Amino acid sequence: MAIIETKSLTKTYGKIQAVRGIDLNIEKGEIFGLLGPNGAGKTTTIGMLCTIINVTSGSAFIAGCNVIKEPDRVRRKVGIVFQDPTLDTVLTGRENLELHARLYGISAAYRQNRIDEMLELVDLKDRSNDITRTYSGGMRRRLELARGLLHKPAVLFLDEPTLGLDPQTRARTWEYIKKMAKMEQTTVVLTTHYMEEAEQVCDRVGIIDHGRIIAIDAPDNLKESMGGDLVVIRAKDPPVERIKALHYVSTVNFSDGALEVTMKEAHLHLAELLLMLRDVECVEVRVPTLSDVFIKLTGRDIREDGSEDSGSWVDSVARYRQKGN
Amino acid sequence: MGERRLQKELMGIYAVWWREFKVFQREKSRIISSIVQPLMWLFLFGSGIGASISVSDVNYRDYIYPGVLTMSVLFGSVFFGLYIVWDRKLDVLKAVLVAPVSRLSIFLGKVLGGCTDVILQVLILFCFSFLFPSVNPWGIPLALLLLLITSIALVSMGLALGSMLESLEGFQVISSFLVFPLFFLSGALFPVDDKLPVWLQGMVKLNPLTYAVDGVRGALLNVQIFPFYVNLSVITIFAIVMFGLGSVLFSRMK
Repeated sequence: MAIIETKSLTKTYGKIQAVRGIDLNIEKGEIFGLLGPNGAGKTTTIGMLCTIINVTSGSAFIAGCNVIKEPDRVRRKVGIVFQDPTLDTVLTGRENLELHARLYGISAAYRQNRIDEMLELVDLKDRSNDITRTYSGGMRRRLELARGLLHKPAVLFLDEPTLGLDPQTRARTWEYIKKMAKMEQTTVVLTTHYMEEAEQVCDRVGIIDHGRIIAIDAPDNLKESMGGDLVVIRAKDPPVERIKALHYVSTVNFSDGALEVTMKEAHLHLAELLLMLRDVECVEVRVPTLSDVFIKLTGRDIREDGSEDSGSWVDSVARYRQKGN
Repeated sequence: MGERRLQKELMGIYAVWWREFKVFQREKSRIISSIVQPLMWLFLFGSGIGASISVSDVNYRDYIYPGVLTMSVLFGSVFFGLYIVWDRKLDVLKAVLVAPVSRLSIFLGKVLGGCTDVILQVLILFCFSFLFPSVNPWGIPLALLLLLITSIALVSMGLALGSMLESLEGFQVISSFLVFPLFFLSGALFPVDDKLPVWLQGMVKLNPLTYAVDGVRGALLNVQIFPFYVNLSVITIFAIVMFGLGSVLFSRMK
């Protein structure tokens, strides 16, 4: 049985439909990524699964517990790392974990061992008695990961776990996430809009746009669905129709002097294609990425609508409601 | 509620209290200012006016000692409660609120944490009581009990307000229109007798803090207007109502 199962999960705020009927089946041990632009409904979906946001309609089960009817049992089974940092910056690293351990009812006999174990896993043992206000962004994130896994949740939710970190720290944070998920045998559900990173980490991704899942598969499969590699050639008067007829070519598009061809196994067939062209100025071959998949499915770039930090207004409304209602 | 469940809730209450206590220990400047301010009222204001005035045969400075204790409970408690607005802004509370602990337990932990802070401050102020010749040290335990009940009421009130406020701008409003009127209308600085204008007398008698001040003054100076049972009942009812209201508003807070 799937560890997370949702059916037509829906959330509306007044007239705004933040999430419009999401069906998910996530298997135990998977690292699953929810990808989508700001305001697509990622955070709202995770919020509902964590029982922080009330479900409007549909159903959701986590490890066999009903999210709507048994929120308390669900809360014990999930760990959450929020998008915005939620560490208690007056407390030390260890104290943050102690607070969390008590809130999750981890017995005293077991508490210190478990805290030490997690601190070691995120390499924060030597800084554990420092106030977290003095931690760097990467350290804070790692401590939050440790906190999220402290009570051995069946599912760990990570909402934009690398947001606001520099590229090097982001790479390290992903390494920690992979390592911890493996060691703790935890299912991980994460949201991100760093497509390249999701590609490397996730076993499967769901692409979400306007509150709907529009594609769900392993990153490699999604990329294959693009019809092969993308070749961009600047050349004069290319014989578009003849190129189209080639058996390994899926699509051809010629505009502004740039010929865009999607083709299977470009490394084998490119030479033949080039022989058909005159005055070739430059050739670019691109293996498709998840970003390309996203552009193809939604017709726009994931980061097009707004900077990373400022959510779209739907997300803002969602956040406002969360706090104000 | 199963025994295991109860145990987990108790652990949750303790966790929240423990966090507040750690914060209290770390924020030394907050403790110092909460001690210095009442001492300024007593020695700068009280000694100044006390030079020429005494009330009910008690030197004015000694007379306002119970009132200033109540004042420090008032300020400490309400601002402790309001502080959750800041916690929410920093999302510190978010991680606590998603834990499998009931809101009531979290609220209770917060109230206990606030009362601990305030009562520790009051205990420090009691250390200065030897400087006030009219104060009867044997009355301190009873005064402490009354101040504890008052503190439960006021921390709950602060948390109730903090649950509703969206931003820190509301602080100033609450301070000017609630906290200061409660203080001035409590009889902390003057006796509530027939010499007061009628309108002022009415307002003072409607203020539950008046009964706290009167009770503490009775315990420490043996000067009081209302019978002890009236003082105790009013502040107890005040505490129950505020605790109930606070726990409901806190549970609804998102």
